[in-house]
Amino acid sequence: MTTIPLSWYLIVAAALFCIGLYGVLSRRNAVNILMGVELMLNAANINLVAFWRYGDTSALIGQVFAVFVVTLAAAEAAVGLALIIAIYRSRDTVIVEDVDIMKW
Amino acid sequence: MMSIVFMIASLVTLIAALRVVTGKNLFHNALYLVLSFVGVAALYLLLEAEFLAAIQILIYVGAIAILIIFAIMLSRHLMAPNQTQRNSQWWVSGIVAGVLFLVLAFMLLQVDWPATAGAVPADAISLLGQSFMGAYVLPFEVASVVLLVALVGSIIIARER
Repeated sequence: MTTIPLSWYLIVAAALFCIGLYGVLSRRNAVNILMGVELMLNAANINLVAFWRYGDTSALIGQVFAVFVVTLAAAEAAVGLALIIAIYRSRDTVIVEDVDIMKW
Repeated sequence: MMSIVFMIASLVTLIAALRVVTGKNLFHNALYLVLSFVGVAALYLLLEAEFLAAIQILIYVGAIAILIIFAIMLSRHLMAPNQTQRNSQWWVSGIVAGVLFLVLAFMLLQVDWPATAGAVPADAISLLGQSFMGAYVLPFEVASVVLLVALVGSIIIARER
C-alpha cells in the first residue's frame, strides 16, 4: 500500500479550515455562520486523526480527543440553533447584522 | 490507488465546503454540508479510524445536519433565495482566509513530517473503549455532563413562552 504523505492531510485540513473561516466572516445568516463553524471543527478533527495515524498509533489519544471534539460540536450546535430560534421568535430575524441591541 | 481515493475524497470535501460558504440557497448549502461531512468520513476511513468515520456519519450527518435543516425550515420565509447572503466585508474575509491558507500551506511544506504511518493495532476499537473507561474517564464524564447541560439549556432557551 502506498502511503499518503502526512502533509497532504494537513493541507486539506488547512484548506477546509480557511473555507470555514471565510464562511463565518462573510455570511449574514446565523445558521450559515454555524455551518462554517462546523467545517472548522471538522478540519481540526482531520488534523487530530492524521497526527494520531502518523505518530504513536498504539495510544489512541488522537482519536479520543477527536471524539471529545465531536461531542462538544454537537453541544455547540444544539445551543447555537436554540439561540437562533429564540432570536427569531423575539426579533423576527436570523440576520446577525440586525441583532445589534448590545452594540455601543 | 490510495492517493487517487484520497484526491477524490478531499476534492469532494473541499468543493462541497466551498459551496456551503458561497451558495445562495440556504437549504442547498445545508445539503452540501452533508456531502462535505461524508467526504471527511472518507478521509477518516483512509486514516484507518473506522470508529470515527462511523461517529462522523452518525453524529454529524445524522444529528447536526438534521438540526441545521430544522433551523433553516423554522426560519425559512426570512431568507428568500434571491436575497444577498454576503455581508459588506466579504472580500476582506476572502483575502484573510486566502492569506491564512497560503501561510499555513507554506509552513506545512517546510516541516519534515514523518513519512510513513505505523501499523494500527488490530483491536483499536476496544483499546479506544478502554481508554475512555480508563485513562480518560474524567474527561469522558465531564463531556457527558456538558452534553446534558447543553441539551437541557437549549430546550429552555428555545421553549415557547
